[in-house]
Amino acid sequence: MTGLTFELLCMQLLTGIALGSIYALLALGLCLIFGMLNVVNFAHGAFFMVGAFLGIYFLGVTGNFWFSLLLTPILTGCLGLLTERFLVRPLYGRGIDYPLLLTFGLSYVLIEVMRVTFGIEGLPSVTPEGLGGTVNVGIGYFPKYRLFLIAATAVIIFGVWFFIQKTRYGLIIKAGAADQEIVKVLGVDIAKVWLLVFALGCAIAGLSGILAAPTRSVNPEMGIPILAESFVVTVVGGMGSPVGAVLAGLLVGIVYSMTSLFFPSLSELSIFVLMAVVLLIRPQGLFGKAGAMG
Amino acid sequence: MKQKVTNQTRRKVLIGGATVASTPLWLNVANAQADTIKIGFPVPLTGPFSAEAQDQVKAAELAIKEFNDAGGFNGRKAELLVRDDKLNPGEAATRTLELIEKDKVNYVVGSLSAATQLSINAVCKERKILFNSISQSDAINEAKDWSVYTFHEALNPTMTAGALARYSIPRFGKKIVFLTADYAYGHEMVRAFERAGKEMGATTLADIRHPLGASDYSAFLPRIKALNPDILVLCNFGRDLVNAAKQCTDFGLKSSMKIMAPVLLYTARLAGGPEAFEGIIGGTSYYWGLEDRIPTAKAFNDAFRKMYNGSVPSDYGALGYAGVKSVLASVKIAKSTETMKVVTAMENLKYDWYKGPEYYRKCDHQAVQTVIIVESKSKNMKDKYDVFNILTIEPTTEKNMRSCAELGHKA
Amino acid sequence: MNSFFQLVVRHRVLASTLFLAIFPFIMPYEALAINILIFGLFAMGFNLLFGYMGLLSFGHAAFLGAGSYLTGISIVHYGLPWGAAILIGVIGAGITGLIMGFLAIRTRGIYFSMVTLALGQIIYYLFYKAESLTGGENGLRGVRVDTFNILGIPVDFLNPLVKYYIILFFVVIAIWFISRILNSPLGAVMEAIRENEKRASACGFDVARTKLLVFVLSAAICGLAGSLRALHLSIVPIDSLHYLQSGQAVMMSILGGMGTFFGPFIGAAVMLYLEDVVTTFTKHWMAVIGIVFMFFVLFFPKGIWGTILSKLHVQQDSK
Repeated sequence: MTGLTFELLCMQLLTGIALGSIYALLALGLCLIFGMLNVVNFAHGAFFMVGAFLGIYFLGVTGNFWFSLLLTPILTGCLGLLTERFLVRPLYGRGIDYPLLLTFGLSYVLIEVMRVTFGIEGLPSVTPEGLGGTVNVGIGYFPKYRLFLIAATAVIIFGVWFFIQKTRYGLIIKAGAADQEIVKVLGVDIAKVWLLVFALGCAIAGLSGILAAPTRSVNPEMGIPILAESFVVTVVGGMGSPVGAVLAGLLVGIVYSMTSLFFPSLSELSIFVLMAVVLLIRPQGLFGKAGAMG
Repeated sequence: MKQKVTNQTRRKVLIGGATVASTPLWLNVANAQADTIKIGFPVPLTGPFSAEAQDQVKAAELAIKEFNDAGGFNGRKAELLVRDDKLNPGEAATRTLELIEKDKVNYVVGSLSAATQLSINAVCKERKILFNSISQSDAINEAKDWSVYTFHEALNPTMTAGALARYSIPRFGKKIVFLTADYAYGHEMVRAFERAGKEMGATTLADIRHPLGASDYSAFLPRIKALNPDILVLCNFGRDLVNAAKQCTDFGLKSSMKIMAPVLLYTARLAGGPEAFEGIIGGTSYYWGLEDRIPTAKAFNDAFRKMYNGSVPSDYGALGYAGVKSVLASVKIAKSTETMKVVTAMENLKYDWYKGPEYYRKCDHQAVQTVIIVESKSKNMKDKYDVFNILTIEPTTEKNMRSCAELGHKA
Repeated sequence: MNSFFQLVVRHRVLASTLFLAIFPFIMPYEALAINILIFGLFAMGFNLLFGYMGLLSFGHAAFLGAGSYLTGISIVHYGLPWGAAILIGVIGAGITGLIMGFLAIRTRGIYFSMVTLALGQIIYYLFYKAESLTGGENGLRGVRVDTFNILGIPVDFLNPLVKYYIILFFVVIAIWFISRILNSPLGAVMEAIRENEKRASACGFDVARTKLLVFVLSAAICGLAGSLRALHLSIVPIDSLHYLQSGQAVMMSILGGMGTFFGPFIGAAVMLYLEDVVTTFTKHWMAVIGIVFMFFVLFFPKGIWGTILSKLHVQQDSK
């Protein structure tokens, strides 16, 4: 291949990490919801999309990216709250497929609501002030925003980790995921925990949306392929493993990016092939518990 | 006195009719006006190109109105039956079947993607209904898909990409890189650009294919930068184009190469914004700014402004107008609504609806027309619609189209 | 009333056939009736795996699409007669089901849904890329069925009513086949696995093999629906393979009543008819079906037919 240099490879790798950061964040949100509630959120892509819309909208209205970055996950979190409380909770105990099916139907509604609210065209995405342009990273010029993306997701992931591992609430969540009955017996209102975790998962999805928005066009259909890709990451990482979700996310992003360099037309297919391979040799995922899922 | 039935009123009647029609033993009330000339109009009202589609509907309604206001044909009025094909070829086929079987349309005009027009064409071809396609495709001119009932109002990639190549290569350089949406339409644009470029000694450094609808192009951009071409051609459409333009800007590619798009969609430019498209040039079938130099453009724009509160038609919108107008004009010339007579009349039609003189080439019914090369602007914009500078207009000639023989048509 | 329903349920194949024979006359136009036939079959095939076996697959579009494309390719690129083309479509879909099932069966529960969705997307991309055979984004065009003869009488496939009855012929065969499966010992094992997988395994049934077998059968039936669709539309759109198409099968089954015989068909009929009517009023069909679907999931999980049956205390299994 002409022009294949070390610099190019590094740039491609860096691009892959930026891509993977979004995947990691998305998968983390999915994983939290699944780990705690045993629910696969088929509306995850839709929440991502809603986050992107809200983020760009508030950025346009207030001109302040940081404010939008703070407000958006709160809003999508609240939407998640309502969803869990009124749509998902009635379905517990009915069979594992029902919440999944419900969230699938919800995604349809969310897409249409966004179409009606913001128009079928979508919103023009803008790179926030001060984060535009490229920066010399030694091996070449890399967009500043994508560096910010990598840094921001690292911070958020650390924040979630800290919350789960080091705070009391996190302890309750971990315990609830491990054994619901005991937690109830110990006097914790498990329903509130479910609510919080679902909302948190949706908030993270929304956050991924606003973070990703400046890198792509914001339109009502943007969440549809994202859902499939999040599933790929989750299967590769292992269901119920947050560490797996994050690492698999980065891996998938890198695989996509490197394939784009050598076989660009196969780039989309490559991540699904990765998933099929993982399914063949280690069906529980790279970090999943053996026997838990496969 | 016959009431002028607008599409809105028709919809209301259809709603009532639909409830009654659910028991089939009743005649469908909505179809009672059997003597109107019905034109089926399947376009993607939902989905990524809904803005263009709605513009097409508006412009088509204008054409219908003009026809009806002028007395129609022997007192018969025309009406537009708009259906949503959801940008989905399967849905398009079903809707077309419905228009033909249930609504008994006389003709079909429509489509807004290569895939949907081919599927609508397949259905019309089987059932011998005239179809005037109003979006780009190279494949529809080819003998394999074409039939005597097929007309193609829009440009095709051969014409647009070719015109762009002929304009740009002498000005910007001969080393070309393509960033191509990996589907037939993308490939057609590349092939057309290369074909024109070959005559000028251009070389293709790389043709980088990206998945259709990819939202993140970052994975492809470092390589493009490393290749260092004179020209980067974005062979994609609509949202893909918006994304690509934006990210190329982000990655700082504009400083070292000239970026261009064979189909610089008006609505894409509006959606992407001035910054993303700054400096990007491209081809188009129509830009409202033509009104300064072409009288029929001004007439069309003014009629559109009057009907729709001051807004101007987009490139694809104008095709909706022309597509319907040509069919109705041919009906009048043929003095009949019978399909083959209208086809013959349309084959011989010479017209100038909105952009200058045009006609349909006999072998493949391709509308022979000008291609306009425009450049996106970000400064000195008079209003939000003033987004392009017209660089040049490539004149109408069959020389720049693929020959009939090449397309597989027997002489 | 109750005994009428009992009668219908007991002679389900006959009842379906009779009803479907007069169906095109109560629909506003034949193409809609044909679509309902095709998607009803699609939903029934899907329901075999979901309603009766409890495995929620989100990748069934792969079989609909594989059936369509293989049939289409046989006709367009190899000039095979349509009968052979249908056979190829069905077998091809079955093989696709075998491969996909083999990978997917390795997972359980909700994981299965995710995996089938993602695997289905692989099939989507594969067919997409094989542009020279499938037409890629443009879809496959030119799937013609020329006039043929049955017992010396010329049959014009383009006549909508004729087309309906020819397709009905195949659908009835498939419905009969499904009924036979459900009545057989295999059918009983399927439901046993759905109720309690561990117990079924403990009773000595080879759960994995049964799952795979049903997966393949389900795939073949959906493949037949796809083959018929290709003949009906004269084209094969690439969207046939996307997971949203799989989602449609899910919705139809839930709407109509999963785990019931007539349910999926009723679901398909209701959904397609509703879509036809609603889209003349509003373009927000997606929101409408989303809300209707969520409503059913929350309040009528048994679906239309399932709810009717349970209200009338009609036994679901029939002889």
